[in-house]
Amino acid sequence: MENGNTTPLWRTLGLTDLEYEQIVSGLGREPNFTELAMFSVMWSEHCAYKNSKPLLKMLPSKGQRVIQGPGENAGVLDIGEGLALVMKIESHNHPSAVEPYQGAATGVGGIVRDIFAMGARPVVLMDSLRFGSLGEGRTNYLFDQVVAGISDYGNCIGVPTVGGEIYFQNCYQKSPLVNALCAGIVEQDKMQTGKASGVGNPVLIVGATTGRDGIGGASFASQELGEDAEEKLPSVQVGDPFMEKLLIEACLEAYETGFVVAVQDMGAAGITSSASEMAARGGVGMELNLDCVPLRAEGMAAHEILISESQERMLLVVEKGKEDQIKQIMEKWGLHAAVMGRVTDDGWLRVRYHGEVVAQLPAQLLAEGAPQYVREGIPSEHLKDIQDLDVAALQPPADLECTLLELLRSPNIASKAWVFEQYDHMVRTDTVIKPGMDAAVVRIKGKKQALAFTTDCNSTYCYLDPYEGAKAAVAEAARNLSMVGAEPMGITDCLNFGNPEDPAVYWQMQRCIEGIKDACQVLNIPVISGNVSLYNETELGPIYPTPVIGCAGLVDDVSRLSTMGFKDDGDLVLVLGEDKGELGGSEYLQMQYGLVRGKPPVVDLEREKALQELVRELIRVGLLKSAHDISEGGLAIALAECALCGERGIEVNLSTLQRPDAALFSESQGRAVVSISSDNLEAVLTTAEQYGVPATVLGTVGGESLLIRVNGEEVADVPLSQCADHYRWGLEWSMKGL
Amino acid sequence: MKTFGIIVLPGSNCDSDCFYAVRDYLNQDAQYVWHEERNLDKYDVLMIPGGFSYGDYLRPGALARFSPAVDALVKEAEKGKLVVGICNGFQVLTELGLLPGALMRNKNLKFICKYVNVRVENASTPFTSRLKMGQTIKLPVAHKDGNYYVDEDTLQQLKKNGQVVLRYSEDVNGSVDRIAAVTNKQGNVVGMMPHPERACDPLLGSSDGMYILGSMLDHLLKGGF
Repeated sequence: MENGNTTPLWRTLGLTDLEYEQIVSGLGREPNFTELAMFSVMWSEHCAYKNSKPLLKMLPSKGQRVIQGPGENAGVLDIGEGLALVMKIESHNHPSAVEPYQGAATGVGGIVRDIFAMGARPVVLMDSLRFGSLGEGRTNYLFDQVVAGISDYGNCIGVPTVGGEIYFQNCYQKSPLVNALCAGIVEQDKMQTGKASGVGNPVLIVGATTGRDGIGGASFASQELGEDAEEKLPSVQVGDPFMEKLLIEACLEAYETGFVVAVQDMGAAGITSSASEMAARGGVGMELNLDCVPLRAEGMAAHEILISESQERMLLVVEKGKEDQIKQIMEKWGLHAAVMGRVTDDGWLRVRYHGEVVAQLPAQLLAEGAPQYVREGIPSEHLKDIQDLDVAALQPPADLECTLLELLRSPNIASKAWVFEQYDHMVRTDTVIKPGMDAAVVRIKGKKQALAFTTDCNSTYCYLDPYEGAKAAVAEAARNLSMVGAEPMGITDCLNFGNPEDPAVYWQMQRCIEGIKDACQVLNIPVISGNVSLYNETELGPIYPTPVIGCAGLVDDVSRLSTMGFKDDGDLVLVLGEDKGELGGSEYLQMQYGLVRGKPPVVDLEREKALQELVRELIRVGLLKSAHDISEGGLAIALAECALCGERGIEVNLSTLQRPDAALFSESQGRAVVSISSDNLEAVLTTAEQYGVPATVLGTVGGESLLIRVNGEEVADVPLSQCADHYRWGLEWSMKGL
Repeated sequence: MKTFGIIVLPGSNCDSDCFYAVRDYLNQDAQYVWHEERNLDKYDVLMIPGGFSYGDYLRPGALARFSPAVDALVKEAEKGKLVVGICNGFQVLTELGLLPGALMRNKNLKFICKYVNVRVENASTPFTSRLKMGQTIKLPVAHKDGNYYVDEDTLQQLKKNGQVVLRYSEDVNGSVDRIAAVTNKQGNVVGMMPHPERACDPLLGSSDGMYILGSMLDHLLKGGF
């Protein structure tokens, strides 16, 4: 198959010669054009995880609470009382780089469909975002439009966006990351699956009509973004959140009939992926008739209908004879529903259009037959150099007060209120802990337990040491949950890397996954779902390795939560855990010296575990008034955040052997700032000792300023109002280039 | 037991929030009303919840007038029944002409979700009788089009008639005279951008919304105006 010139068609479509040979040998013949188009999307990196699957197998995915691990539309956890939590994170990086508004909006739409495809009502959204440095026109535009896209889509469908994270680094300038997480709740006996069954059962396509938008999106997402990225605009889908809202309600109502046998959303690769994956999972085949698909464009070719990524569509297998009842429900909600095929017993996907068979493929080969690549990872030669840091050679700043304020307003630390106030984070009236805290908490009406969520990843750490960085991402996510009193239950991860064919990038991916594995094993948290996004790379090079960890936790008693704000004057401020004066990879180093170097902080997993258990226990028994983890910006920033959140000043003294700037801004892991009533000091110290966690009293809550001494010497006395200005407006100042 | 009918338009998304607020916090009978229902006789109060009815296509609230239930609601309102439009419901009521003015895009052109303080400007309406004139309460807002506009003459009329019910303590979205809620001249129809139904449980940050829901109940229990 050649397309006129010398480049074979399969290569134009993104398949290698070897992959084409495998298709031919799997089929016993050459595929026709339509079939090749189907293979090109299903065997793309985005759909087939060719480069990551062997590595992902390392991750622990079993646990007491795991009902469904990786392999379905989303992972499922048992949260007690017959309820289950369904959760998944997914990337929409490539489309967002080209058309940020629609890219981000459809990212939200896609992940929400994965959740209600499992039978669950979506209850929470989160977004983990990465952009270049603010103040530059294109970056501001991407940032503004991504947030607007998430806001307009998420708000309209009535699912609260309760948190997430946003970082700014040069490496994302042309490759922004948009990772969307959704979680839903379902009664365990009402869960749906994506496993087709029942020979003769009708296959329904429901929701929006099918058009030419998003054709080849999966393949586009599996390439580097070149100079011609703008030309890929037709590969970006267009979202209609109103349609999605109707689709959620209609599908949930349809499930109630008990006649839905299997369901899957149509995301990447459209009808091709949902049909072949559902058939392959169920070990059955499907006969599809494209003449029955409601179209929004005229004269669409078979391959266009098959791989269109038009949004807001679902594929349902329903019990034979019940199709009219399901159609009635769809019509009630004003949605299209058409029987477009039947389940067969031969394992083949047979597609007819205009009375002819246009494709005839084994579902298994299409859905699961893509080759897997195990490559050799080789660390970059620069690694030794960038890990080298001589702190002694760095002149400490003369005015630490000024440094503290500069850090507070730096976009990676400053308040993200400008973003989350654009998200409806209160709809559904369950959001107990709102965005901007360590973790968000949503209650379950009528139940004692509640759910906590966070996403975390410090990609600077991962760049400097992918193994330690990924370990730290898991540790921080679990720590954030612990700070509100939640026990980490399960992880959904979004692994964002550059081009895996580059041995240095492959090595980063390998080491990150090893780091996640080790942290998950010690902290006892399974990975239940996830997504891999590769080829996040432009002529500026690959992004920093960015394994985003989305973590869900369970709160036993919603009336016993903790937040970060200091509560009462006179309370004691303590730090739990130990500082090791680690400045490598810190925000301070980047802000003050413009350096991205050194070895990132190393998580001692056993100590980390002890700290988290201690904090949860102290919250459980009611000994803590506040708790906040120490992360970017170190102890000084953590203290400032607690003070700002509680609108109360502090007076503290740090006794340390480190130099003052290191004592303030080191990002050593496994630490938390807590406040307690002075009456409880002995009880807290005793409990900390039992858990083997060092606990140090730093000072007291009170006053109108942040008064910080190091070894008795005053290093900062900043009015709280000044801190508040820097923290509140820092992000907007940076957008304006201030 | 009073019956609160909550109109469910395609795209409504605060319908369940209203439902739980009425049922679980006000302890009254809450019922969903599908947008195709034509007879709304049995409800003591009609609520149009927040959300994005008909996707907010054309203009927020504009397409709702074509729904049979909204048609029926207009007739009930004319008969004097209590009608509350919250957020998108407020937009629907202005589009219907049941309330004066229009709700434009927020001044900063962005969606705004946060707690705001609102001041009670008229405490003798069926929606504010549990409050005192000048009292400040804390309610959430969550909207992109809450920038209330009326011309100067109408504004003077509204003030004179006591139709301005709530005002934002600070400028939130650019609304004329910082207006957050208005009633019709008869006083039985109210539209408000803040969400009282989201503020019924102190666990979530405020229970001040109960003043508004409770006032309505008091009004019904005492048998109307």
